[in-house]
Amino acid sequence: MKTRTVKVDYLARVEGEGGLYIKIQDGRVADVKLKIFEPPRFFEAFLRGRDFREAPDITARICGICPVAYQMSAVHAMEYALGVKVEGQLRALRRLLYCGEWIESHTLHVYMLHAPDFLGYADAIQMAKDHPEAVQRGLQLKKAGNEIVNLLGGREIHPINVRVGGFYKAPSKRDFDPLAERLRWARDAALETVRWVSTFPFPDFQPEYLFVALRHPNEYPFNEGRIVSNQSLDIEVERYEQHFTEEHVEHSNALHSVLKGAGPYFVGPLARYNLNFGRLPAFIRQTAHEAGLGPACRNPFQSIIVRSLEILYACEEALRIIAEYEEPEKPAIDMEVRAGEGCACTEAPRGALYHRYRIDEQGTILDARIVPPTSQNQKAIEQDLWQYVPQHIDLSNEELQWQCEQAVRNYDPCISCATHYLKLTVDRV
Amino acid sequence: MVGESGLGMCAHSSLAGGVLVIGIGNEYARDDAAGLLVARKLKAQAGGAVAVLEHSGEGASLLEAWKGVSSVVVIDAVRSGAAPGQGLRFDATAAALPAESFRGSTHAFGLCEAVELARCLNQLPRTLIVYGIEGRTFASGVGVSPEVNEAIRSVADAVLEEVAGLGV
Repeated sequence: MKTRTVKVDYLARVEGEGGLYIKIQDGRVADVKLKIFEPPRFFEAFLRGRDFREAPDITARICGICPVAYQMSAVHAMEYALGVKVEGQLRALRRLLYCGEWIESHTLHVYMLHAPDFLGYADAIQMAKDHPEAVQRGLQLKKAGNEIVNLLGGREIHPINVRVGGFYKAPSKRDFDPLAERLRWARDAALETVRWVSTFPFPDFQPEYLFVALRHPNEYPFNEGRIVSNQSLDIEVERYEQHFTEEHVEHSNALHSVLKGAGPYFVGPLARYNLNFGRLPAFIRQTAHEAGLGPACRNPFQSIIVRSLEILYACEEALRIIAEYEEPEKPAIDMEVRAGEGCACTEAPRGALYHRYRIDEQGTILDARIVPPTSQNQKAIEQDLWQYVPQHIDLSNEELQWQCEQAVRNYDPCISCATHYLKLTVDRV
Repeated sequence: MVGESGLGMCAHSSLAGGVLVIGIGNEYARDDAAGLLVARKLKAQAGGAVAVLEHSGEGASLLEAWKGVSSVVVIDAVRSGAAPGQGLRFDATAAALPAESFRGSTHAFGLCEAVELARCLNQLPRTLIVYGIEGRTFASGVGVSPEVNEAIRSVADAVLEEVAGLGV
């Protein structure tokens, strides 16, 4: 019996701490484990007994990369519980804030974490020695996202201007002038990014996926929509827990999420793209076509192109919102506190983020449930490796490890969120 | 808040030639808050005389934060194996930071990566001093351990002295 092990004790270039273990026995994959060992964060328990107004700011601390997503799912769930709905310019401002976070988070992943894999560099620093202009472009593009979050959220990391019902302060139309100028540059840089990443070498790997994302009647989704799949699922968000379940697995501190009766599923940019291609503006669909993508894309390695298309979309959408912006009369809507239960799902950069809260008549949180995108993708990541490794079994351990890590990074996993994490081991017996 | 863009990264364009102090951390990860707490102490002690920024440690925005600033002092929690509360001083201008010690942050692209990318892109401040405070625990929760609490005062004093030496 011959065993090979590919083992990454500490996975680099993913947010948080985790590892990967792959065991190959007699030329066949015998085991794949994505290990998440960052301790669970107990945020759900931490929320019990706190005021409903605190949920957006507390949950924002779960992740330094996607705090806006946590804030958005939290405020929408609370508004659902209180029976109010934020519309008009306040709703548009929330989409704008989400544009900022997508630009920040996606650009960081495309340029600093994932591009080095395709170009054969150990990290962005090595890549910068040969591609300084590309790295500079990435840094400036990310800055455009930072500036949206800074202006609208009050600061770049852990924004403080978001509240249940709207914002603490709404910007004036004039506040957006310098931002619009930078976003026009950013849109060109995003287009350049799509063209750049589309020239990368992509392995031929196209598994059959069960994609899950929000779908809105006419928007590319951020905050609102039905939960749909590329199979038969099409449900209201409040039915999420009837269809999805989380299970504990021994090798991970993060619960694994499955679609009942169907198993693993895939959330994030690739799922959104496949389920919402028609909602992208015509020029972005054309840009996708020029980058070699059709309306459907099942190659997870090409998620770097899709992520870049989403940066382009976020720049375009931000410019549209700013152009149509009129300062609202009040920065937040009025609401009466009442006992209730509410849930919401919004599209974090890495995919669907579900929150549910139960509050009493004083607005105290009695119960909270948070299902982050990375915990939903864990099984899909492992499933990819079960399929990818046999196709590349003849590679040296070093090359196989490289490609397996790259395959994990296709998902831009955020371990910090999931435990609410990565190290790699390939074992060849 | 809106309009106070100074709270973010745009505040230091006027600092060209000046000194910027950056406290890094996460106040919900126990001793990881050390850098933030030093920053707050310095703000209270030095008033407006020293430009102080609280930061999450996300690398790409750190590069932006110190762009054009000639002298930067960074404070962050470390896990180097030293005794909890021990203060460490690194001259990042002279040599790379020991990355394995700065794993308190879970960022994939954090302080050490920002320093090396800045070095590669010629965006390193003329002087970049990093103070580390050895943490005992980085578990979820609020409140630093007694040793770290003790170290915050001495490191804040050392940073003030450093800043004075840099010409403020």
